[in-house]
Amino acid sequence: MTAKSKVVALEHVVIRFSGDSGDGMQLTGNLFSDSTAFAGNDFATFPDYPAEIRPPQGTVAGVSGFQVHFGHKPVHTTGDLCDVLVAMNPASIKANMRWLRPGTIIIFDSDSVTEKALEKAGYADDPTVDGTLADYQVVKAPISELTKEALKDFGMDNKSMLKSKNMFALGIVMYLFNRELDTVYKYFETKFKGKDQVIKANRTVLDAGYHYADTWELFTNTYRVEAADLEKGKYRNITGNTAAAWGLMAASEKSGRPLFLGSYPITPATDILAELTKYKNLNVKAYQAEDEIAGIMSSIGAAYTGCMAVTTTSGPGLSLKSEAMGLAVMTELPLVIIDVQRGGPSTGLPTKMEQSDLMQALYGRNGDAPLVVIAARSSAGCFYTAYEAARIAMEHMTPVIMLSDGSLGNGSEVFRIPKMADLPSITPPLAKADDPNYMPYRRDEKWLRREWAIPGTPGLRHRVGGLEKENGKGNLSTNPENHQIMTELREEKINRVANDIPLQEIYGDKNADLLVVSWGGTFGTVRTAVEGLMEEGKSIAHAHFDYIMPLPRNTEEVLQGHKKIVVCEINRGQFAKYLRMNFPEYKCEQFNKVMGLPFTIGELAFKIIRLWKIRISNKRSC
Amino acid sequence: MENQNIEQEVMLTKEDFASDQVVKWCPGCGDHAILKAVQDIFPKLGKKKEDIVVVSGIGCSSRFPYYMNTYGFHSIHGRAAAAATGVKLANPNLSVWMITGDGDCTAIGGNHFIHACRRNIDINLILFNNRIYGMTKGQFSPCTFRGTKTKTSPQGTYEDPFNPGELAIGAKATFFARGVDINPKELSEIFWESYKHDGIAVTEVLQNCMIFSNGVHENITGKDVRDDMQVKCVHGQPLIFGKNRDKGIRLNGNQLEVVKIGENGITEKDILVHDKTTEDTGIHMMLAHMMPPHFPVAIGVIRDVKAPTFNDSLDQVIENEKANSKIHCMDDLLNSGSTWTIE
Repeated sequence: MTAKSKVVALEHVVIRFSGDSGDGMQLTGNLFSDSTAFAGNDFATFPDYPAEIRPPQGTVAGVSGFQVHFGHKPVHTTGDLCDVLVAMNPASIKANMRWLRPGTIIIFDSDSVTEKALEKAGYADDPTVDGTLADYQVVKAPISELTKEALKDFGMDNKSMLKSKNMFALGIVMYLFNRELDTVYKYFETKFKGKDQVIKANRTVLDAGYHYADTWELFTNTYRVEAADLEKGKYRNITGNTAAAWGLMAASEKSGRPLFLGSYPITPATDILAELTKYKNLNVKAYQAEDEIAGIMSSIGAAYTGCMAVTTTSGPGLSLKSEAMGLAVMTELPLVIIDVQRGGPSTGLPTKMEQSDLMQALYGRNGDAPLVVIAARSSAGCFYTAYEAARIAMEHMTPVIMLSDGSLGNGSEVFRIPKMADLPSITPPLAKADDPNYMPYRRDEKWLRREWAIPGTPGLRHRVGGLEKENGKGNLSTNPENHQIMTELREEKINRVANDIPLQEIYGDKNADLLVVSWGGTFGTVRTAVEGLMEEGKSIAHAHFDYIMPLPRNTEEVLQGHKKIVVCEINRGQFAKYLRMNFPEYKCEQFNKVMGLPFTIGELAFKIIRLWKIRISNKRSC
Repeated sequence: MENQNIEQEVMLTKEDFASDQVVKWCPGCGDHAILKAVQDIFPKLGKKKEDIVVVSGIGCSSRFPYYMNTYGFHSIHGRAAAAATGVKLANPNLSVWMITGDGDCTAIGGNHFIHACRRNIDINLILFNNRIYGMTKGQFSPCTFRGTKTKTSPQGTYEDPFNPGELAIGAKATFFARGVDINPKELSEIFWESYKHDGIAVTEVLQNCMIFSNGVHENITGKDVRDDMQVKCVHGQPLIFGKNRDKGIRLNGNQLEVVKIGENGITEKDILVHDKTTEDTGIHMMLAHMMPPHFPVAIGVIRDVKAPTFNDSLDQVIENEKANSKIHCMDDLLNSGSTWTIE
């Protein structure tokens, strides 16, 4: 198939497929992603669907979207402003105005414009006519009618025919980006195996969309994004929640400790539970408990019994687990707690992302109850963060909280498949059977960790629990000096984990005028914004923290030598406060946003440039 | 897995199960007798010491694990059932015993309790019922009788209590038994039955708190009244009781009643024969419900029915999945499904 129009090469592209909840936009986006993988691009995707299961049809609340960001260069984010918007109805335009930039191509089903549809979307007039979309390139196509026309010989009813209109839209987009249709054909053949008529109908509509775009010369240009220069190897597409589940399974296999998950459904963390329940073939015991507390308590029971134990949740669930986390701290058992953060407080914004559980993760327990906190930086990175959380938990006999967020969890990315043999070893300090000197709270000198004595092992019977224990022997103790010692030991044990984690990296010149600091799921946007400003010649560097408690041992060096430090995060400044508390001599400015949305690259760059101007003017005034 | 136990364990005695910790319950507390009954039966289970785990919540009774020379886990208030479930699922070969009180189990831990019953997880749950919060020094619990004056009900409570037996059976427990603290021999027998039962085994022990609810069970356990106020449930035997063994429980229509043998033409044949194995919960519920003054309290194993256990069911699914899957390790999984290669 040859394109008549001129082919323009692009570095990277963001496409958002948007329609009513029933319009099949998730599938359309996924199929486009598959062809993106086939084209050799780096890419990341993000589904954006309503919290309600069946929201009112045709309304802005009912709009379901799927975004694909792909590129010739490495793609760090799921993209913010879109280059192409596929809008299947007026509400999809309304819902996505925030994500358009001047020049965005809007592919719009013109058949969807009815008085009722406009009213539901909250438009007085057709937005494609009244000037609302003057800044954009609107490409109107009668998608519904043409789909019906393409299927007129298939003997299908009206409703069934219209179900395929997403394939017509996909055909148009495939043409626009000079994509081969084979990957989509292949999907039809696998998905509808044995239903030849259905395969044929879908192919017919897809082809019709493609040819329509070609024949009617819908676009002045078509585009091509060259294959990315990715490292050699085998790749797959993976969501953050699946990656976290797989990382845990990998750690279990590596350590030889069976994986136990005690969990309770909660958006947006549920998919980790759902994913792990699939792998009973790999000996995963995933247990859906009666509530959040039972989730963590069953995991603590399993941890005591020698499992690599995990509980997964989101903010409100983390609150419920607080007391039990204290028990895990007190009993010094390995436990991974994954918090896929969402907007809070309380029920908050269940389907939207936020980074506002940081302080809760660090300090949200009664007593001095230190534990390790680490954060995932990307969807695919969730694999390694979960693996690392499990490694630290087991090798240091401590609970570890892994912070992810709704965008990372639901978003997907290209993932280079690792070989199990290449992953770091995990060696928990198991107590030896019949050790005559075994004591429950005996510690090794280097890490101060106690041993893991697993029920069923001869000669190691012992009792642990939430009451304070005598150091060493582990008997109940209310002795004042002992409590002082034990509290300090628990703190020092966590501090020493800093000797077992990498040093903090700084991207760019370590003496750059401006240091941009971030942590967790904002990595991609912040790094992209910093790269852009570096290219403009700004003296800027980026430190993205994966390890939060304890901080890497060179954190202070990283903060040194800059004229300004700005901490960017999706909360009201929790990591900034944490840094100020630990390093009061450094002035940390903040850039915060709490809209349930990730940063956009543009707003970050804008904020940073403003800081610059202030700095420069300050300098002049000196 | 059972065979490994025999050789070593026949030699064990009750002293083997006593830990080196000083027992710190009040003198005269019913807990001592229950501890004795448990230490008495453990050597007879045929389990190695290291294959037994005692899990508890919070409260006086929950100090129990510290006094047992086994693996033990003293968890947090109300959550013992959840922790015990994790222990059992992690290693089904372990014999798991959960110690809890009426406050721990039926108030803060109510949710975990009913779900442990419903799932039929194979743990032995011993509920010490003294109808009071003892450790926090005398507040009413969900098992305190209406009108009882306590620290937090100075005018008497104005709410009705749970009956743990009804709660357990209503929540689908496959085993429910009841014993009294002053009869440790009988308790040992019940704990043996509990051990033999596959699935959740709930035993309510009517236990006296000398300090905050002293005498609360006196109308059941008192020397003068106990024969008339306790009916021993023995599978296959008629429910006869009384000092002179002349009283019995009869099913009249759809209700239980106390009748006197020899009066109004009633013979032993009219007395209800106890069947702990009947699936229907109706009679078991009625037996668990019986209370003075109009009825004696049912003692012994009231319900003991067979049903798939949660732990066995999970293990079975795991075995099936292992046998039928082409994916045997993480490398298999990572490379499965839709992948592509960059050369």
